[in-house]
Amino acid sequence: MSNPKEAVKEKSMVIQKEMTAKLFKELSNTKETGKKVVYTFVPGNLTELILSFDMLPVYPEINALQSGMRKQSGNYIKEAEKLGFSEDVCTYVKCDIGMMVNGNVGPTGEKLPNPDLLLLSYTGCFTFMKWFENLERLYPGVPVAMLHTPYQEDGKMTPDQISYMVKQMKEDVIPKMEKVSGKKYDEKRLSKMLENSAKAEDLLVNILESAKNVPSPIDAYFAGVYYIGPIFTAFRGTQEAVDYYTMLNEEVQQRVGLGLGPITPEGELKEEKFRLVVEGPPNWTNFREFWKIFYDMGAVIVASSYTKVGGVYDLGFRHDPKEPLESLAKYCMGCYTNMNLPQRVKLLENYVKDYKADGFLINSIKSCNSFSAGQLMIMREIEQRSSVPVGFVESDLVDPRYFSYANIKNRLESYFQMLEQRKIIMKQEEEIVN
Amino acid sequence: MKQLDDILNYCNELAFDLNFTKAKEWKADAKDRMLVGYLPIYFPREITYAANGLAVGIMGAGDHKQIIKGDAYYQSYICHLPRGIIEMALDSSLAEFDGFIFPAICDCVRNLSGMFKLADKGKFQRYFDYPQNFDKLIGGVFYRQELEKFMDDAYKVNGVKVTTDKLNHAITLYNTNRKLIEDIYNIRQEFPWRLSAVETYKVLRAGLVIPVEKHNEILEDVIDLISDERGEPMDNIRVVISGSFCEQPPIGLIKSIEMAGCYIVDDDLMLGSRWIQGNVDDTTNDPIGALVNAFLTKSTFSSAVYDVGNPKGKRLVKLVKKRKADGVIFSAASFCDPALLDRPELMKDCDKAGIPHINFQFHENTGQFKVIKEQAGTFSDSIKLWA
Repeated sequence: MSNPKEAVKEKSMVIQKEMTAKLFKELSNTKETGKKVVYTFVPGNLTELILSFDMLPVYPEINALQSGMRKQSGNYIKEAEKLGFSEDVCTYVKCDIGMMVNGNVGPTGEKLPNPDLLLLSYTGCFTFMKWFENLERLYPGVPVAMLHTPYQEDGKMTPDQISYMVKQMKEDVIPKMEKVSGKKYDEKRLSKMLENSAKAEDLLVNILESAKNVPSPIDAYFAGVYYIGPIFTAFRGTQEAVDYYTMLNEEVQQRVGLGLGPITPEGELKEEKFRLVVEGPPNWTNFREFWKIFYDMGAVIVASSYTKVGGVYDLGFRHDPKEPLESLAKYCMGCYTNMNLPQRVKLLENYVKDYKADGFLINSIKSCNSFSAGQLMIMREIEQRSSVPVGFVESDLVDPRYFSYANIKNRLESYFQMLEQRKIIMKQEEEIVN
Repeated sequence: MKQLDDILNYCNELAFDLNFTKAKEWKADAKDRMLVGYLPIYFPREITYAANGLAVGIMGAGDHKQIIKGDAYYQSYICHLPRGIIEMALDSSLAEFDGFIFPAICDCVRNLSGMFKLADKGKFQRYFDYPQNFDKLIGGVFYRQELEKFMDDAYKVNGVKVTTDKLNHAITLYNTNRKLIEDIYNIRQEFPWRLSAVETYKVLRAGLVIPVEKHNEILEDVIDLISDERGEPMDNIRVVISGSFCEQPPIGLIKSIEMAGCYIVDDDLMLGSRWIQGNVDDTTNDPIGALVNAFLTKSTFSSAVYDVGNPKGKRLVKLVKKRKADGVIFSAASFCDPALLDRPELMKDCDKAGIPHINFQFHENTGQFKVIKEQAGTFSDSIKLWA
């Protein structure tokens, strides 16, 4: 099991923590400041639009994962189950509802303000709709703005779909934001923010693609979730985010120059033995223990689908200040879980190839059908197309009852042994050829 | 006229024929016919009809097929329906199908559409998205585009153009179909013993695999036959079943509830066949527009549809009152996010209205009903004794 000693953190991680703490402080002061609060989701979020009205976003799934990391989610989930929620359903929802009925105290220990607007960005996850229908009953009278994001059924976004989304923004989302905030929609301000978004997105892509180097200077899954934090949440569109990603990028490029491996909670990884692509969200309740199994074996995640859940920027999308609403529509539709399965397979196949991965691993999440349904077929497709060994472990997002350390460790050790054997055989074959 | 038992036996054969023999025979009778498989809940079958096709409801393998390959495609925590459907797709059951429609209902069905694409099953595999915006000029436009995409798919298969006349004719037939189904429910409301819930289920499910005209004939015969007294009234309570709109419970489960002393006077088992409440306009020059309008304004309540502004809890309570039911049985498939995430709020609405309720979960191939029977029996007894 992991050593509970203080984790080694990169400077950027410390700064990110400060940024988050400041946001939660600001949220706890909304009574005094009069700032309005919008609850919304990470995938397909309209952060810049929310910020352009001087409102503050709250992301329930971020609260849930933070509760998971702070070992509070188990009790929240049980509270929700007492209210009649089945053991079978999404644990983010149950954690959020349990937290709410327990006083809505956020991860930093401060009470979160109630929402003034529920912005249901219905992107890539059916459960989001059910989640906010539930919240609508729990916060009676709070307006709900629904933004239905069409799925990339044909593997592409069509002009009709973009138009549908823009119309929803113009006719429903923006008027509700104007009413709640008491401010008029300011497209110039939004465009300015989108300029910042695009800058931060360029930097994020640089950072994530640094993992193409051998050794990789980053872990693009476990550390990756920290890297995506600001841009996937409340800071996209701000100068603060641009500054953060500039600094993070410098840190990472410096590591590339020095040929260094990634920073783990126990310091720098000295030897990169295995390079993996991972599909699926991480487990949050035992995040460090889970990560430790990998870095103890010298395994580095060089690319992951989870770090694309709030935008697949490495495929080229950037927010565009010249067409702000169209650009937000494209952003929403482009998020990973809004891509169809053939698109996902292609992306992952390319990751295995482009990042020179030794293996492909799925962490299948019990309560996230958006990711999990179809993963076994994805795994087979990747195995056939890439010829790398594939592995499969199961856990949950924030329900500690579904993290079996011994079982996962056992499976991963067997998997790493397989990768090791394959490397030996490949080396022998190479020697014979030469 | 046929005897009711003969009709029911025929419907039983149709409803659970996982090789879809009759549908395939229908297709083989003419060159330009096509079969379009669709999953729960709702799909506007009228368009398929007008495109010289037969929309065939694929409601899962139930307890009629042993799942071997399907289990290798799904983790234990995914509902049972898609693994049965994959099993059928990997066998020859769906071989003559030209295309597949996956209506937007949940992430499992959505991702199953991608699995059919990867496995290259049928000539098209379409995730059929429904608008969650109900403004005619926003969601209505989007829905029309979704329908047009399907028409393009269908046209590529058999080259048949959907004309206004053909589509209006199809709308008329399906209006009749829904009306006849509703007539059966209305008769059952007064005389639930005349046609059991299991029998009703088979009659409705049979309609998913045969042309609508044939199904209308069956429904008319059934109505004639149950308009006269049949069976014996029992000292049963009256319940509404809620939450079984996608993965279907095994017949044994429905039978167990009835045997435990409950008349099932309404349910959401074959919800797709009853989705539009009332008639779709069949007299316009824009029948697509009529279908769009019906979806936006006449849809029943469902866990698949965004309900803020028209909460489904209130609509469930209204249904219970309309059917003079004594209680609600929430019967959802395990791991069914839509049904199970709705359940707590629906229960609250029932509580507020003073409607007793119980709940349980099932798999389509659940084999043990003793506990469910006891639970339903206790529910029935408690209402009879104390309500």
